[in-house]
Amino acid sequence: MAYFRSHVLVSIDPVCVEKGAYDLIRALQDELVKQGLIDEVEVLETSRIGNPVSEGPDLMVYPEDVHYTNLTVKDIPFLVEEQFLKGRVAEEFVHEAEADLDEEFSAPRSKEVRVVLKNIGEIDPLNIEDYIALDGYMALGKVLTEMTPEKTIQVILDSGLRGRGGAGFPTGLKWRFIRAAEGEPKYMICNADEGDPGAFANRRVLEGDPHSVIEGMIIGAYAAGSSQGYVYCRAEYPIAVQTLRIAIDQARSLGLLGENILGTDFSFDLEVRMGAGAFVCGEETALMASIEGKRGEPRPRPPFPAQKGLWQKPSNINNVETYANVPKIILNGAEWFASMGYEKSKGTKTFSMAGDVKNTGLIEVPFGITLREIIYDVGGGIKGDKAFKAVQTGGPMGGCLPEEYLDLPMDYEALGKAGSILGSGGLVVMDEDTCMVDIARFFMEFTQDESCGKCTPCRVGTRRILEILTRICEGKGRPDDIDTLRYLCEEINENSLCGLGKGAPNPVKSTLEHFLDEYDAHINEKRCPAKVCKALIRFEIIDGTCTGCTLCARNCPVQAISGERRQTHVIDPDICIKCGICEQLCPYDAIEII
Amino acid sequence: MPVEVKGGQDVRSFVRTLVKEQGSEKAELIPILHEINRELGYISDEAIQELSDRMHIPTSHIFSVATFYRMLSTEPRGRHVIQFCESAPCHVAGGRQVWQSLQKELGLENGETSADEKWTLITTSCLGVCGIGPVVIIDHDIYGNVTPEQVPELLKNYD
Repeated sequence: MAYFRSHVLVSIDPVCVEKGAYDLIRALQDELVKQGLIDEVEVLETSRIGNPVSEGPDLMVYPEDVHYTNLTVKDIPFLVEEQFLKGRVAEEFVHEAEADLDEEFSAPRSKEVRVVLKNIGEIDPLNIEDYIALDGYMALGKVLTEMTPEKTIQVILDSGLRGRGGAGFPTGLKWRFIRAAEGEPKYMICNADEGDPGAFANRRVLEGDPHSVIEGMIIGAYAAGSSQGYVYCRAEYPIAVQTLRIAIDQARSLGLLGENILGTDFSFDLEVRMGAGAFVCGEETALMASIEGKRGEPRPRPPFPAQKGLWQKPSNINNVETYANVPKIILNGAEWFASMGYEKSKGTKTFSMAGDVKNTGLIEVPFGITLREIIYDVGGGIKGDKAFKAVQTGGPMGGCLPEEYLDLPMDYEALGKAGSILGSGGLVVMDEDTCMVDIARFFMEFTQDESCGKCTPCRVGTRRILEILTRICEGKGRPDDIDTLRYLCEEINENSLCGLGKGAPNPVKSTLEHFLDEYDAHINEKRCPAKVCKALIRFEIIDGTCTGCTLCARNCPVQAISGERRQTHVIDPDICIKCGICEQLCPYDAIEII
Repeated sequence: MPVEVKGGQDVRSFVRTLVKEQGSEKAELIPILHEINRELGYISDEAIQELSDRMHIPTSHIFSVATFYRMLSTEPRGRHVIQFCESAPCHVAGGRQVWQSLQKELGLENGETSADEKWTLITTSCLGVCGIGPVVIIDHDIYGNVTPEQVPELLKNYD
């Protein structure tokens, strides 16, 4: 077998071909023969390299890992001489990594282990052959030719894979239930309605590696005995929807979906259904109602979807990330997966970091890593090196955890015990300038708006909580508000029909528990310690520091500041609208917020 | 954006064509409503009536579905729809000030359309691009890392 010391990959995507990629390939081969290097350097064709070509054509040299662009045939002798004879990079043709700045997904940071996010950025999601080249659909082949459905279920069970949507139910067990249920056809549904503000891992996986999800669904369908699947993707993700549809078409054209997959007698097909902007449709029964063309309202369980789901048939619903893990587990084995993680939470989890942390974006880490490690080691610490105040985990139904919890290992159980949830993997980091009462109010505004309205505890209860929190932030808090809030949280949590209602009080509950002093200050002292709530703050000019430069007075949008040149200025609190412009502009830091 | 006549067709025949192409099963209701919303800018009473006739679903059901979902509108919208992400990560990254700036520049509250029918300002739920918050979408253009000062400039790009 020939062994080459270098490989030149020339992109033959349509744009590069137009710019002469094939001519380049011929020229390269000719030159290599001429220089006696044809046995040492191999020339290969490849798909698009990196991002849309602006000059091109593109080529990559490995193992030197250099990306060249903007070459013509007459540049080839120079390139070959520099790169392969002299071992030097031909600088003038190197592609400027003006790096299409990927602001949400960087190269792996310390402590990351990428399983689900592995292929993203490495393959062209619109080209199934890229996926196949990285062992894509090998797992499916193995399952269909070497394993029975029961054996497949067993492997997933042994791996310890739990639902990544947040509930953490053992996936293998779910599939077993569907398999055992009565009724045809059985449906495999993928919950791609990632509605949690701050969570975008699912979006990235669907846009960057859709086949991992598709393959996972087909394997699951085989195991569970399903013949039809749906990916319910939120409409706020149009690129993901588009990418999925193309990927599905490509899979079908290769016989990986449809009748007699890979020549076996197993048939399964897949369709994308779009949401229409309703957070509650991430709840499984609401999701199914939406597919059926109805309002996204949850319904009581039992019966569970495994018995009576979509159109009253047995239905399996799993999250995008859950399915994406399946092919890897089949290929690498259950033990491999179970060797990562912590106690009952095996494997890795993606997290979307947002808020006041330096490195926002997507990461993937093994379960068991602590919050401190995620925020400081992977996240790079707090922006502006301010003090950490709280982190909210799991989306708008998660709790806000203060500093004492930073050494908490991330897993389903530990977070639950701490009064929060793992949820979708959203992490919103908050610094010292955050008002926790305002945050609680903010999350409640969201959940209140998204409440479907079907059950009274959620529909009315969240509104009452929101009213109280709004009053408190406006400086109209009353002494009995805390007790009322606690009571409402209990009632809503116990009596709501679905997870949205049950979880809605969590931000309020957790901030009441960990930041009671802030509520106290708002209600009893009419003071906002973090200086956020407008009704409770005042802008004041410090006598002694103010030089009377008049910059603030000239820029005040409501002319609330008065004063003579070189005399201390004064802000009239009755006119001031607290926009903060003066404080930002003052070159002497003479304006403070009280 | 609100267009009553599309390519020579009136609203009713547009809806008829849609139902013929997608099918009249109830499960097709939301995809069809999406299409109508996209083409006409909103879902008019006339569209609902025609849909009801073609799909044999009561108008009350269609109306209740159309009003349930945030991305579907039963009210006419301006030529340009500005969606502002009101979610926590954008809020924490300075979203509040950007929202105030938007409201001030346009003279509109959440959900309102300007008198000259040029702008509609609405908040949207999380778009999943939290890494570049605060985020503003105008029509199909996504703007990230928006500051309050940038708002007037952004708006100038649209007539």
